[in-house]
Amino acid sequence: MTRVVLVDDHGLFRAGVRAELGEQVEVVGDAGTVEEAVELIGREAPDVVLLDVHMPGGGGVEVIRRVAGTAPGVRFLALSVSDAPDDVISVIRAGARGYVTKTISGPELIDAVRRVAEGDAVFSPRLAGFVLDAFADGPAGVATADPELDQLTDREREVLRLIARGYMYKEIAHRLGISAKTVEAHVSAVLRKLQLSSRHELSRWALERRLVSLDEEESG
Amino acid sequence: MVLPMSADPLAAPPGAAAPRASGRPPRLTRLPSRGYAGGVCAGLADYFAADPLLFRVGFVVLAGFGGLGVALYVAAWAIVPAAVPSEPGDTTRLKAGAAGMRAMVAGAWREAAGIGLLVLAGLLLLRNLGFWPGDAVVWPLVLASSGLALVARQLWGTGASAVTDGGAAELPTTGDTQAASLPGGLLGAMLIVGAAVVFLEATGTLAALREALVGIVVVVVVLGLVFGPWMTRQARALAAERAERIRSQERAEVAAHLHDSVLQTLALIQRRAGDARTVGTLARRQERELRQWLAGVAPAAAEVSLAAALSAAAQEIEELHGVEVEVVSVGDRPLDDRLRALVGAAREAMANAARFSGTEKIDLYAEVAGASVQVFVRDRGTGFDPERVPADRRGLRESIVGRMERHDGRAHVESAPGQGTEVELTMELES
Repeated sequence: MTRVVLVDDHGLFRAGVRAELGEQVEVVGDAGTVEEAVELIGREAPDVVLLDVHMPGGGGVEVIRRVAGTAPGVRFLALSVSDAPDDVISVIRAGARGYVTKTISGPELIDAVRRVAEGDAVFSPRLAGFVLDAFADGPAGVATADPELDQLTDREREVLRLIARGYMYKEIAHRLGISAKTVEAHVSAVLRKLQLSSRHELSRWALERRLVSLDEEESG
Repeated sequence: MVLPMSADPLAAPPGAAAPRASGRPPRLTRLPSRGYAGGVCAGLADYFAADPLLFRVGFVVLAGFGGLGVALYVAAWAIVPAAVPSEPGDTTRLKAGAAGMRAMVAGAWREAAGIGLLVLAGLLLLRNLGFWPGDAVVWPLVLASSGLALVARQLWGTGASAVTDGGAAELPTTGDTQAASLPGGLLGAMLIVGAAVVFLEATGTLAALREALVGIVVVVVVLGLVFGPWMTRQARALAAERAERIRSQERAEVAAHLHDSVLQTLALIQRRAGDARTVGTLARRQERELRQWLAGVAPAAAEVSLAAALSAAAQEIEELHGVEVEVVSVGDRPLDDRLRALVGAAREAMANAARFSGTEKIDLYAEVAGASVQVFVRDRGTGFDPERVPADRRGLRESIVGRMERHDGRAHVESAPGQGTEVELTMELES
């Protein structure tokens, strides 16, 4: 069974998520601060960490950064009330495998946790929208450092667009006449690009939304 | 003599032509920006719609008669108010802008130089009459009067009585006046000081003053050393206090906002705790409102941009039908009539989904890619067979498909029983 750690500074919310996850996954512990979270994740080595973006002491980004060295196998799924593009993109760039909003239903959350545990990326419609926005076609002739990383393929765009429209991976696969695995591969590729891209527009887009301070850019 | 102004009064600059167009008789004003000295001739010419050269020659000729022209000119300068320089079509002070300010500053220089020259002329006239006060007085007086003119401008704006074309007294805003006349005032002060120095030098009292000056400088430096740090500290404390005041103001604003919005909603939720649907709607509405506020987006923007209008429509549907609409938009465009129709169609599609699909979650996705706008409204509800829509269901045919087609757009409905529904709205815009 998937072993999960909950990190959120609201105790009430942790209790609520615990109840929603129920027997479907094994919640091995929860933490309310960055320190506690780093310690707990190091000790339990869970499959998935459900991570709040906003927390005192650096938030989810800080947890991911500090755990990266000690427990490299742990996967993170960001769970936040924030729908500000800067919060979302910064936690993804720090290494989270996906982002869902706190209003997600119980069954959907369980599904997302499982998919992240299996190494897939989990994109909510909102995140898909942000990514499409970030990789939108800029003015022609802008040189990018690495075209492979800095642009989405047509198929990737198509997949993201369907996610933004509210389609599940399975429905997307059906619509596009490809396998669900291929859909997941596309989403993972997008996630990788999002994390590694130095795309001119992406950083500009991020800066415009006062997102990535320069130090984050360097160490992330 | 070279004429700076056009000889034809009808071709006068538009700023001067404006009062004519209003049909009201123009008031007699000086036009310092267009004249050589105080702008009296230019003003007279404008008033009588004649060539300013006529008046200029007139004054010069009169000056030959015992300085009568000079006296008249000075009197006219003192009595006739200066016109506020205005830009063509300018109706508000806001629009006056940099050009107007430049004109004001240029006017100040010319006025000052003109006054200096007038004083010189007056003194030369006195010499002709056999009274010559001597160089030690003449040059300082010329300098000082120019300087005074500049200083006076700073103190009273553009002359003591600036009038606009409409006749109503309208002093320029403080910022304008200061920006325009500060360098003038500074130069005026320097001219006056220079005049004093010239006078002292000429009368031989400067050497004596020099020693006194050394004493004053020493005292000032000592005072600066003694009180400098204290004054710096005072200034810093003042800045800190100001920052603190701004902070507490912000805090008060946040508190006021939370009180009016979040706390009210929480109170409502407590009272309606039994009604899950209402509570959900209240919470969603409050959440949306709070997010908008945090993002610094004014709610009024709904009338301006496509994304904001769609988001507002989604909110309406949420409140009307107690459903949840997930709005995702990529790109945005200013709202126009066709996009308003698109928003209306999207709203109807959401309302349909809320009423007939049986689900409580609707996805709305809008994408602006170049000149093409696409909106998708999707639900995972019961779905229906689009071929067999009952004839009385006018919403789909009229409000969605019909409306889109009337505005050169397209609507495509994809649905099947048990598969949910997706309405796709497309509009090509002229880029």
